[in-house]
Amino acid sequence: MSRPGTLTVYRWELRKLRAQKRTYLGLGAAVLVPIVFSVAVAIQPGEPADVPFGRYINDTGLAFPLVTLLFGSIWFYPLIAALVSGDIVANEDNNGTLKTILTRSVERSQVFFGKVMAAFSYSILAIILSGVVATIAGIIVSGFNPIPTLSGTLETPEQGLLLVAGSLAVYLMPILAISSFALLLSTVFRNSAAAVVGTLMFSLLLQLVVIIPGLDGLQPYLLSTQFNSWQGLLRTPADWDPIIRAAWVCAAYAIPSLAVALTVFLRRDVAGG
Amino acid sequence: MSEQPPVALRGLTKQYGRITAVDDVSLTVNEGDVFGYLGPNGAGKTTSLRMMLGLITPTAGEARVFGHDPQKSVDALADVAGFVEAPRFYPYLDGMTNLRLVAALDGNEAKTRIDEALDVVELTGRAGDKVGGYSHGMRQRLGIAAALIRRPKLLLLDEPATGLDPGGMRDMRALIARLSAEGMTVMLSSHLLAEVEELCNRVAIVRSGRIVYEGELEELRATAGLTIRLRTSDDEVALRVLSDRRGISDVTRHGAAPIQFRAADEAAIGELSRALADSGALIFELAPSAATLEDLFFELTEGEGDAQAEEKRLDELSDLTGGAQ
Repeated sequence: MSRPGTLTVYRWELRKLRAQKRTYLGLGAAVLVPIVFSVAVAIQPGEPADVPFGRYINDTGLAFPLVTLLFGSIWFYPLIAALVSGDIVANEDNNGTLKTILTRSVERSQVFFGKVMAAFSYSILAIILSGVVATIAGIIVSGFNPIPTLSGTLETPEQGLLLVAGSLAVYLMPILAISSFALLLSTVFRNSAAAVVGTLMFSLLLQLVVIIPGLDGLQPYLLSTQFNSWQGLLRTPADWDPIIRAAWVCAAYAIPSLAVALTVFLRRDVAGG
Repeated sequence: MSEQPPVALRGLTKQYGRITAVDDVSLTVNEGDVFGYLGPNGAGKTTSLRMMLGLITPTAGEARVFGHDPQKSVDALADVAGFVEAPRFYPYLDGMTNLRLVAALDGNEAKTRIDEALDVVELTGRAGDKVGGYSHGMRQRLGIAAALIRRPKLLLLDEPATGLDPGGMRDMRALIARLSAEGMTVMLSSHLLAEVEELCNRVAIVRSGRIVYEGELEELRATAGLTIRLRTSDDEVALRVLSDRRGISDVTRHGAAPIQFRAADEAAIGELSRALADSGALIFELAPSAATLEDLFFELTEGEGDAQAEEKRLDELSDLTGGAQ
């Protein structure tokens, strides 16, 4: 008999996500927001000139996904990630189904890692979907034209497309760190709403911490800052420092969150349901 | 593997703060038993079952299934299936998909038994409906189906007939009897005495987390021996006559039910009838009666002033465990 394991749990977690409305709420918003933004740009000739790449949205569609990433980092993408990651463990508590799956032939650790993989998969899908839709909608509105980098050089549309893809990939690092934090709250609180709201509050608080005098030195190590690290790719030559820092700073948020969540999940008494 | 008893609990204890939900429980379920774990609500039955399934960690002592410790690995549950409290499934998936899910978590073989299990619990026609729309009885049956696809040697069932209508109860009991006849060992918790009397060959009676009796059901009845029922025109006077009388013991009275007591011999009964006549209490009934399990159950699980204490304990436990005992 083939032994079930983490991959089995992962496959069934994806199947469960496919059957839940909140999955489509998150993915739907990830698709809809860039479409609404593109329609607004098409109707109104103005541009958000105060953010990087904002002034280029009437020149090239490739600026659209980058502006969406910038605006989305405050709460939109963290909320989308938290919608599923904050629910994926707490949902079992809510349904009383932990006892159902933990008395079969998979270990608790396998159940946990299967859930982590599913939550990460969803977050990755949401960001990629949003980026792809923003790119297509942007190209329809403003054309597939060269894009200026932050250093002032002009990249060909093809090169620009690669940079957009790279930016999305770098953006996934803080998103997965947010997912990990949401998983922690989901495991500890055993309540979806508390985990989703808690994650969002955490994300917003990090943005506000730097306002406090004397704490601005923390900025490079805040998760919120890592949401801008992809801009390193949009320089000539590429500035890898913020990206490398984002890699370890995000890991420093994600790994302890997951480690604590796993410990709690392994040791907890499943008494409800 | 089968040399080890299906269930062996030794000094099993679970404390929630200062509340002891399960208190030094030791018992053995042997192969082929239909074992009744009997006690009032809040006595710690479900908590014990959860420890047997590795869902909660004992504070002290150990629970072994077929000699293995379910706290260490789910491998210990290879031959075990069942449910605690009401079986729970994903309401947004249909019954069939729920079973496929748990079968996938069991390994490939379990998948091949889904149709048969659905047939056994008579849910084949509703397998395509979302579980969110199932009645309590249907979920209970789906829980049995989910257990059967593991093809267990030991079935652990927590109050399997609770919430079922009389027809559902009858079907559930018939199913358990059939599975037992096919060689499955069954341990079921219950507060329904009729259920235990009908199904079980051995019982453990639990009170406030402690085992107060473990053994054969027949032995339990024999232990109680014959009791005498007494109805009089003035039971208060009769109780006074009965108290401290030589050869009379274990005088009990539940509400309006007849007084019950044990008599050492017939002479003691003769003496008593004369004393009652002298006291002015007219005898309506003075007859031997075989003890029912219910009498024994109340005798073992209720003590003076216990009802209030048990109620308080139940409330505190509920607060601590989020409703589960």
